[in-house]
Amino acid sequence: MRVNFTVNGRKQEADDVWEGESLLYVLRERMGLPGSKNACEQGECGSCTVRLDGVPVCSCLVAAGQAEGRAVVTVEGLAEFAKQRAEHGGCASGACGDTKGTSLQDAQQWQSKPTDSQTGEGVELSPIQQAFIDAGAVQCGFCTPGLLVAADEMLEHNPSPTDADIREALSGNLCRCTGYEKILDAVRLAAARQERQGEAV
Amino acid sequence: MAQNTRTVPAGTPTEVTQNHVKGGVGESTLRPDGTLKVTGEFAYSSDMWHEDMLWGQILRSTVAHAEIVSIDTSEALAMDGVYAVLTHEDLPAAKNYGMEFQDTPVLAYGKVRHHGEPVALVAADHPETARRAAAKIVVEYRELPLITDEASATAPDAVLVHENRDDHHSGHVPHPNIVHRQPIIRGDAAEAAKRADVIVKGEYTFGMQDQAFLGPESGLAVPAEDGGVDLYVATQWLHSDLKQIAPCLGLPEDKVRMTMAGVGGAFGGREDISMQILASILALRTGKPVKMVYNRYESFFGHVHRHPAKLYYEHGATRDGKLTHMKCKIVLDGGAYASSTASVVGNAASLSVGPYVIDDVEIEAIGLYSNNPPCGAMRGFGAVQACFAYEAQMDKLAAKLGMDPVELRQLNAMEQGTIMPTGQLVDSPAPVAELLRRVKARPMPPERQWESSEGSDVRALPGGLSNTTHGEGVVRGVGYAVGIKNVGFSEGFDDYSTAKIRMEVINGEPVATVHTAAAEVGQGGVTIHAQIARTELGVQQVTIHPADTQVGSAGSTSAGRQTYMTGGAIKNSCEIVREKVLEIGRRKFGSYHPAWATAELLLEGGKVVTDGGEALATIADVLEDEAVETEEVWRHRPTQAFDLVTGQGNGHVQYAFAAHRAVVEVDTELGLVKVIELAVAQDVGKAVNPLSVIGQIQGGTTQGLGVAVMEEIIVDPKTAKVRNPSFTDYLIPTILDTPTIPVDYLELADPNAPYGVRGIGEAPTLSSTPAVLAAIRAATGLELNRTPVRPEHLTGTGPA
Repeated sequence: MRVNFTVNGRKQEADDVWEGESLLYVLRERMGLPGSKNACEQGECGSCTVRLDGVPVCSCLVAAGQAEGRAVVTVEGLAEFAKQRAEHGGCASGACGDTKGTSLQDAQQWQSKPTDSQTGEGVELSPIQQAFIDAGAVQCGFCTPGLLVAADEMLEHNPSPTDADIREALSGNLCRCTGYEKILDAVRLAAARQERQGEAV
Repeated sequence: MAQNTRTVPAGTPTEVTQNHVKGGVGESTLRPDGTLKVTGEFAYSSDMWHEDMLWGQILRSTVAHAEIVSIDTSEALAMDGVYAVLTHEDLPAAKNYGMEFQDTPVLAYGKVRHHGEPVALVAADHPETARRAAAKIVVEYRELPLITDEASATAPDAVLVHENRDDHHSGHVPHPNIVHRQPIIRGDAAEAAKRADVIVKGEYTFGMQDQAFLGPESGLAVPAEDGGVDLYVATQWLHSDLKQIAPCLGLPEDKVRMTMAGVGGAFGGREDISMQILASILALRTGKPVKMVYNRYESFFGHVHRHPAKLYYEHGATRDGKLTHMKCKIVLDGGAYASSTASVVGNAASLSVGPYVIDDVEIEAIGLYSNNPPCGAMRGFGAVQACFAYEAQMDKLAAKLGMDPVELRQLNAMEQGTIMPTGQLVDSPAPVAELLRRVKARPMPPERQWESSEGSDVRALPGGLSNTTHGEGVVRGVGYAVGIKNVGFSEGFDDYSTAKIRMEVINGEPVATVHTAAAEVGQGGVTIHAQIARTELGVQQVTIHPADTQVGSAGSTSAGRQTYMTGGAIKNSCEIVREKVLEIGRRKFGSYHPAWATAELLLEGGKVVTDGGEALATIADVLEDEAVETEEVWRHRPTQAFDLVTGQGNGHVQYAFAAHRAVVEVDTELGLVKVIELAVAQDVGKAVNPLSVIGQIQGGTTQGLGVAVMEEIIVDPKTAKVRNPSFTDYLIPTILDTPTIPVDYLELADPNAPYGVRGIGEAPTLSSTPAVLAAIRAATGLELNRTPVRPEHLTGTGPA
């Protein structure tokens, strides 16, 4: 079958999709977007978390066909997504259940940015991505993409979370390396920076 | 496709002095792969992709011990999209592999020895086609009696798991179903026992733990035109893999080119081969690139686990709390194939006394062959099981003596100068009593945190939102534990690492390139390698070359050894490069300044400087278009094998110590445990990168917490089948299960180690588990001689 959907703000078409394929498989193996991870493929670990029309889901549990006509944001698009959200006062394209965030004109003028694919140098990061690096919340990094998408979504609707809020929001994301302390630090750091930025504006 | 060369940006150092480059040894430095990992660009082994690639799939045995009567692959072969279906008959060369014992079949032949053993192999153009084809292979088994524990393994009429053993331990073991036996006898335990005023005995059970790294076993094998294969995999030790893979492919080692793909955690579980040989065979057979990715179910069968253990301990003490003697027997179940069982036995035996001074000991550790899942390396490696038992003994002893459990430990704590039961002198700092003092001195976390002025927050109760009480039955307990772990490969193993360092000028700036085969598994080795090069060579720009087999072995990323070993190798190679740079400098500029000949010269801040701080020349001017390069092997001081009768020998390189205090709250009605705080104190020798030191200690602590209250692979004793191979049924701690983990680290340099470092990754996994158990015992008054503790153990509503 063919699946038409929007991934990170761009229209995509996946061909020859077997009906049993998950959204995760199509993203990783057909779209060239392996950032969403395959740690358990049974909806327990959260490493494959993406936003589907704004809602965080385990993409391993979403049949690819269910994404037809819908908007997906993956870790690869998280920086751009966060930037748009900041610019548009809260709702980036694909978030908040609508797909109107990016106008056709904006999309047509969109250009990929030059980056060093070897080092990631020159890449613009979202606040949560930067905070994960700065706080030492990344070790092997396999849980990181899912955690970033989940944490970003939490901060979107709860910019000032308590520790209990953070723990609850991230309880579906397993990490085996860090013991979670530095992940908590990273989310607190992102929240603090967001707050400071808000005050400055 | 594979990981490429990465230039390392310096992080945000905590302290910068004028002459020093940023991001050197001792400064918190950010990961060079951090940006790639947060953007999803970092290429893990399961992300490998190749045009026209096929997918490999393994068919695994459905029974634990059986003769293979027949294998029918015809239906699978007839399926559209299937390119190959292979059995042991199709193996190109050696049929067995193994790190230490070559006892593991590439594909089972004759019989299968454990549930989930690879029996046949499929390559197809879609992973689902491969799975369906594998399901169509018909294997007929004739089941054999099961060996599942010590009694069945050593019974007079026991079936042998491996007939005709001819390995380096088969000559001395008391039974062919025992992989290795290591006794340690020192002093006279029977005589010393007469001096004891109190004696405590205990029988302890340690469950089978899984590494549960998140990145599944996976990789890509690409057939090459020269008849060889290019292999992109996630492993802990490239060269050990290579040594095992090449003979099974019938290829010389130089035709098996291995490159490290991104590793999604390891914790010991990637020390053995998983899909490397199988993917290569399929690639060579089909002439197409083959990708293999285990799903989580298969991953539980795809690597060795932590040895489950039975431990029998006896300790004696005088009335004033001085330990008189210790006797123990430790039985580790190695499962169907040896993996690193023999070394785990050596560790368990030699560290069974814990970080205590006991002159009279009688120790015996054995590792079994059985039909249970194979067990091998996992963080803590034999020391974890022993620590669980001896720390429970310490608490029992303290209770019987009416002493404070921390005081009892401190009274008997080893220190620098102590002689281990193996006769080895502990010749560097061993601050056991101090670590205990530090965790004990910490303020206690507030009680009953679910109660607040605004009402109750059920999330803070044991069980969180699933708690159905109001906390009426919640009781608090506090427990302590301390442990000792060896660092590096022991027992006379020729343990070395290799580092190739190149220094040249690029765009007017001196740049160092570090090339090693060391596996970066998440621990932050790549950060440390760059830090060492910056410190030794005074350059800001360091490029970390991808790890591959084009450079000498770095040894394994395990046993807490890489900062010590590959760090040491890099330091050593950098020193040689520095000398070469200075030689060039002397040749070019020596006549201009007497300091070139007389002073101690260093490379700092891109310059050649005297030890007085005077700059003589820039490195760029010295080198111009010349490049300096060296590849050197570096070793730690040699160790000795343990005597097979007395266990005596200087077997270990270095020891590491950590202590924990656990504070728990137990809902005694529901049998739920909430760990409120798990404080650690550890001696790290030297914190090369403080940020990642803390991360390692917290991560290790959490794995210890997991095996205290939730993690266990359940193997049915009647069938030897694994009952919970999924993250639905094998639980690892979530962020809700994991408490605050305050870390207090000491930096007492080991004079034998580069920069004084002490391996840090493993020690925190040891004492975490017994501290939590001690706290639960303190809260409930229950004896709890097994780990993990399950709700039914606390409520008395289920089997022990």
